[in-house]
Amino acid sequence: MEAILQQFFNLEIMAKALPLVLKGLGVTLMICAVVIPLGAMGGLFAALASVSRNPAIRWAAIGFVDLFRAIPPLVLLIFIYAGLPFAGVQVSPFAAVTIGFFLNNSAYFAEVFRAGILSVPRGQTEAARSTGLSQGQTLFWVTLPQAVRNVLPDLLSNVVEVVKLTSLASVVSLGEMLHAAGLVRSLTYNASPLVLAAGLYLVLLWPLIRMISRFERKIDS
Amino acid sequence: MEVFLDQFLNPAVLAKYAPLVLKGAGVTVVLSALIVLAGIVLGAGLACVRAYRIRALSFLIVIFADVLRALPPLVLILLVYFGLPNLGIVLSSFAVLFLVLTLVLAAFAEEIVWAGITATPKGQWEAARSTGLGFTQALVFVVLPQAVRMVIPPLTNRAIAITKMTALGMVIGVPDILGQATTAQSFSANATPLTLAALAYVAIFLPLVIASRWLEQRFAQKGH
Repeated sequence: MEAILQQFFNLEIMAKALPLVLKGLGVTLMICAVVIPLGAMGGLFAALASVSRNPAIRWAAIGFVDLFRAIPPLVLLIFIYAGLPFAGVQVSPFAAVTIGFFLNNSAYFAEVFRAGILSVPRGQTEAARSTGLSQGQTLFWVTLPQAVRNVLPDLLSNVVEVVKLTSLASVVSLGEMLHAAGLVRSLTYNASPLVLAAGLYLVLLWPLIRMISRFERKIDS
Repeated sequence: MEVFLDQFLNPAVLAKYAPLVLKGAGVTVVLSALIVLAGIVLGAGLACVRAYRIRALSFLIVIFADVLRALPPLVLILLVYFGLPNLGIVLSSFAVLFLVLTLVLAAFAEEIVWAGITATPKGQWEAARSTGLGFTQALVFVVLPQAVRMVIPPLTNRAIAITKMTALGMVIGVPDILGQATTAQSFSANATPLTLAALAYVAIFLPLVIASRWLEQRFAQKGH
């Protein structure tokens, strides 16, 4: 018991690690602020393309989504970060994370948006068009609001996954929270900084996870 | 174009390192299969325990599921890999990866199967009990099979997402596809092993992703 406290919950080491880990948290939040909107937008476009009436566009979108759902994000990230320089393209860790996560997140968001769009009854579109709204107006004012509402828990759960995914940025030495905690761990030979980071992830994500569970129950009943 | 082929699909590098990446693919496949099996069995088991509605137990299960769903797997992997040796428990990197991803999948599977159990109509319980089955028998033979069938699409998607995370093993030195490829890449000073790795993952996971899409469509048509 003593050993567990000493090795995992060492307050002295946690206090020392705190400033660096908090700085890492700032980077984590900044990555999120960039990649979540980007991924959601890319996903929305891919979703619209995947329900297009033009089969070429439809299949291209489905191919894109399936391909990037099949490749592990870490593989994508390392391919961009360590592979592209061989083609003469130098990428900063932040750019690599942004590009890699954009491709991965777009694919996952696309699936959610697609399910949402397909869940809106056809009559809604027909009714909207017959009131004189254009196709674009119908999409923006009638279809999408209902689509998003229908898949809100899945969208939220995707956001949680993206926040968790940002920890991969530590592998390409981007100084986000896990990277900072890992650094202090390697200096102190003590796992407490990692526990501190885990605690901060919990503070950040637990409320969201509870919210998702509540949403899901509401939809069931 | 030539530079590109030379750096990303170099025949000499390909011939030299393909066997290594292939060996890594074996590790990835075995590890993935073990994780899916253990994770889903454990998750379904926990969901069943929750069905007894024993307050203290359910509470613990919810905490377990919430924490493992909230923490990034890479944090858990590093925590277990670097933390446990300080307590005198030394696990191989393979074992650490298996343990962590199994627990993560179990947490998600518990929530998904539990949702299936609560969505099973009450009449199924009542009918099963009235034929003389006990609570456990009704749960295991009547409710669980229906619950699991209902949630096959989300369960499949989650299982794929988590087995893909076996690539994280590279960080602690598991000789899986990505681990082998990054080693080969640094030896060969060429990006071809990384291309090979990406292709290997696509070869393994694309059929699964397509199968899960098909499953989803089939279930949607049946009106679940």
